[in-house]
Amino acid sequence: MCAGGLADLVAREAFTDMGLLSTIIWLPIAGGVVILALGDQRARPDRWLALVVSVITFALSLALWTDFDFTSARMQFVERLPWINAFKVYYYLGVDGISTPLILLTTFLTPMIVIAGWEVIKERPAQYFAAFLILEGLMIGTFAALDAMLFYVFWEAMLIPMFIIIGVWGGERRVYATLKFFLYTFLGSVLMLVALVYLHLQSGSYAILDFHNLPLTGTEQTLIFLAFLVAFAVKVPMWPVHTWLPDAHVEAPTGGSVILAAVLLKMGGYGFVRFSLPITPDASSALDWLLIGLSLIAVVYIGFVALVQQDMKKLIAYSSIAHMGFVTLGFFIVWAILANTGMEDLGAISMGITGGMVQMISHGLISGALFLCVGVLYDRMHSRQIADYGGVINTMPKFSALLVFFALANAGLPGTSGFVGEFLVILASFQASFWYAFLAATTLILGAAYTLWMVKRVVFGDIANDNVKALHDMNRREGLILIVLAISVLALGLYPAPLVEMMEPSINNLIAHILQSKL
Amino acid sequence: MDNILLTIVLSPLLAAIIAGLAGKQIGRKGAHTVTILGVAISCALSLYVLKAQLIDGMPVYNETVYQWMSVGGINMEVGFLVDRLTALMMSVVTFVSLMVHIYTIGYMHDDPGYQRFFSYISLFTFSMLMLVMSNNFLQLFFGWEAVGVVSYLLIGFWYTRPTAIFANLKAFLVNRVGDFGFILGIAAIVLYTGSLDYFDAFVAGADIAGATINIVGDSQWSLLTVACIGLFVGAMGKSAQVPLHVWLPDSMEGPTPISALIHAATMVTAGVFMVARMSPLFEFSETALTFVLVIGATTALFTGFLGLVQNDIKRVVAYSTLSQLGYMTVALGASAYAAGIFHLMTHAFFKALLFLAAGSVIIALHHEQDMRKMGGLKKYMPITYWTSLAGSLALIGFPGTAGFFSKDALIEAVGHSGIAGSGYAYYCVLAGVLITALYSFRMFFLVFHGKERIDEDARHHLHESPWVVTLPLVMLAIPSLIIGWPTIGPLLFGDFFGDAIYVLPVHDVLGQLGADYHGPVAFLQHGLQSPVLYLALAGVVIAWYLYLRNPLAAQAIKDRFAVIHRLLDNKYYLDNFNEQVIARASRLIGMGLWRGGDGALIDGVLVDGTANLIGRIAGIVRRVQTGYLYHYAFAMVIGLCVLVGWLIW
Repeated sequence: MCAGGLADLVAREAFTDMGLLSTIIWLPIAGGVVILALGDQRARPDRWLALVVSVITFALSLALWTDFDFTSARMQFVERLPWINAFKVYYYLGVDGISTPLILLTTFLTPMIVIAGWEVIKERPAQYFAAFLILEGLMIGTFAALDAMLFYVFWEAMLIPMFIIIGVWGGERRVYATLKFFLYTFLGSVLMLVALVYLHLQSGSYAILDFHNLPLTGTEQTLIFLAFLVAFAVKVPMWPVHTWLPDAHVEAPTGGSVILAAVLLKMGGYGFVRFSLPITPDASSALDWLLIGLSLIAVVYIGFVALVQQDMKKLIAYSSIAHMGFVTLGFFIVWAILANTGMEDLGAISMGITGGMVQMISHGLISGALFLCVGVLYDRMHSRQIADYGGVINTMPKFSALLVFFALANAGLPGTSGFVGEFLVILASFQASFWYAFLAATTLILGAAYTLWMVKRVVFGDIANDNVKALHDMNRREGLILIVLAISVLALGLYPAPLVEMMEPSINNLIAHILQSKL
Repeated sequence: MDNILLTIVLSPLLAAIIAGLAGKQIGRKGAHTVTILGVAISCALSLYVLKAQLIDGMPVYNETVYQWMSVGGINMEVGFLVDRLTALMMSVVTFVSLMVHIYTIGYMHDDPGYQRFFSYISLFTFSMLMLVMSNNFLQLFFGWEAVGVVSYLLIGFWYTRPTAIFANLKAFLVNRVGDFGFILGIAAIVLYTGSLDYFDAFVAGADIAGATINIVGDSQWSLLTVACIGLFVGAMGKSAQVPLHVWLPDSMEGPTPISALIHAATMVTAGVFMVARMSPLFEFSETALTFVLVIGATTALFTGFLGLVQNDIKRVVAYSTLSQLGYMTVALGASAYAAGIFHLMTHAFFKALLFLAAGSVIIALHHEQDMRKMGGLKKYMPITYWTSLAGSLALIGFPGTAGFFSKDALIEAVGHSGIAGSGYAYYCVLAGVLITALYSFRMFFLVFHGKERIDEDARHHLHESPWVVTLPLVMLAIPSLIIGWPTIGPLLFGDFFGDAIYVLPVHDVLGQLGADYHGPVAFLQHGLQSPVLYLALAGVVIAWYLYLRNPLAAQAIKDRFAVIHRLLDNKYYLDNFNEQVIARASRLIGMGLWRGGDGALIDGVLVDGTANLIGRIAGIVRRVQTGYLYHYAFAMVIGLCVLVGWLIW
């Protein structure tokens, strides 16, 4: 797979099911527009429409799984239409084993968010639900785009609904938070645009797969790599460009936090595997020490920071950063493994990248669930401060059981999805260096410490005050979403094989690609 | 056999799920019936498997149940390895668990969390079985963490008690420190073998010993030593070895049945079991064995001292457990793995018995745990008394009891060992015998003999516990007394374990002892001449003198050696160190990184600083835009001159 060109591309794609990806991108967007047009009405058609659209989208997206060719690394469900002929920009969609799980995660979580906001959102509800549906379509578009310009459009467009969600339904300091969020991510993506345009000028195409095969010199690669790095590191987020995340989470409404943690952060990780690693393998190799270092800082430094948080949402936000450190560590440990063990050990590399990918999906479920749990408490007490709680288990036993479960999953308990990715990445990093694994494994202690200490102070103990005494246990609506999430966390932890099998050919293809020097 | 093994594992799990999720619907009776049934099935089938292994000559069973996933050519599976070591562990675990289930009916009778409790202990039985029956490191780690979580839930069972929820967090975190080492140990093995399967690692044992790894600078460390020490750090957490033992005494905050089941008989012995299971690896690293030996010996003696000064009846038994776990660990370090497992088995019976007996006393006195408020209970609680005596005699190794055979053999094995550190270990375990007898009978005398120091109120209601409590006591007292006779020969000197335990010929201390072994009677006679017996008797006599005959002497000694007493009373200040230094430092680091790193440096200087800088530059640049035409004209002329000048030059 060295030379590019259209013939090669066509050979590597399976044209099946024209239109499925388009449908799941545009259906929610169209639904969102309709909801906006209907506006707020007494009968509340908005939330029902949002629920129906998001559930249909999820049902349709399941075809990506059932009709997926598990043996192939090629792009599937491909759609390709000319868009802007002058610049050879195509409306070009397709998914492989790397993007499909992320799309499924998105379509799975959106109905949850709609249900979570069902009674809670009182102010401009139609716009709220519309924003999430539109955001859903854009996120799917980002994961499915195979044309760099199309990707960039989706990527940037996502900022708008997210900006609105935090800015309109956010907390007191929402203006500071939205501004920080917007500037950070926007500045990052501008550099990415420059890199994409440069790649276009060199290759004469905007197809991402053409970029993969484009020969680049060392300097070119380094500059492109750094441009991508800024864009993706901000999204992940990696230390030290992470400080927008706790602020954004704290101010965002529950649904916003869920989608931010569960899907938007994954854009960064996805960017690394879709762009950085295959387009600039030699620069990735040369600068891997930087990425490994930043990832380990995320695990250890952020772990300590999470320990002392007094605001539950901030704590989970910091925990997200630490967990995402495993994603980037798994992706960039490749060359360190090669250097330590010699060329033959592709198994460990596969463990690292697979681990990072599984961690993304798992973190999406667990952090989403944890933010929903905080939402359940916040809706009742209007406080996120740990100190305002205590002994919640006495008045909310069912909820507490689920919260403890998600907390244990967040601490990487085997049997839950939280374990799978971390385990793989720790095993892989030991193959690179004892100390990498040593630092990564500190998450076993730190992760348990900050999560369970919070649980101890919020859930256990005697009833701390009258507000806690007045709490009522979760209702059916809340129970439904948390139980569905708990089951998925458990299922993925007990039987991750289907997910891993879906990713395997694409990851092997990726590994073959990044090990081939472009110099 | 597939179905039998699956049933053994899944029936407690199913029972736990039913009791946990449908507890309200099936009621108290339903909850204990379903869980006892589940564990009883498990126990009966485990005994059947043991019989199949021993008598019918069933071959070693090693099969995959399902593939968890496969990544990069490494198969990660859930599967069972059943040989005699496993079968023995399964039988011990399910038997003790069954006894504890029955006992719980009486002990938790008035508790509102009745169904939840039964659900947890059944879930624990499932987790423990997954741990011992595993044939690979992944599932081992799963079971390892799962028992830890159930332990966490059970220590914090009474979740409104501040001490309980402190203790369960502490237990989990300390165990996680162990697991931190454990996972690195597993990773080291995967690095070499590229597999998580036990047998791939065992076959490669001798080869891994030659492999090296860079840790500090260019110095080469034996990969196997790193792996074994990593694994053993995990065992130190789970089996509460110094300095990771601090969680176990606090775990007594949980209800007494789980102290017996989890924190005495089964979970805490997981580390010992694991090291025995990994004997084909540990054998090739003498450094690791020395490490095991020294840690074990230190635990055996120094936690025993702590048992001397406790007044809480459960804490005495807890420190005794720590000390006995140290003995087992010493046996492992001396390559006498079989002796470690033998002591594990006998200890499971007599220590579960002692805990349950302590629990019987506690409920009789309406949840009074302070021994200073007991005394003279013999006449009120005869069954508890006699069974406690049986347990205490077994614990101190009184000739003929189960504990005698296991402890005597263990100490002799350590005496014969040539591994570095065995000299130190030998003196520790020998001295430990005296200490064990002293604290055991101190407790026994304070509780059952002497003056009655019971509250008037409690005395009126004082009576022997109901049969659901006393039956398990009797059922455990029987093996505590006699199980040593038939088992010592095959377990220690025979071929019981077969290939399950691997010992290099040069380390084979049990083999040396076995040359002189002529049956249990001769072993007993030999034991009568050893110092071990006399140390134990001396301990009993001292306890009798100090706590029954002349209680003032005990006080005098306490005052005379106040410094030592304070040291022991404060548990060597280790808890203080952990709380004041380690926990506080972690919080300070977190605060520093948060306020200093994220807040001041990144947000303050970089983010907001950049924004301010741009603002300030704009402020300066803005002044250039004066709005006066002649300023702009002047700038233009200067610019033109420079441009023209540059072009010409």
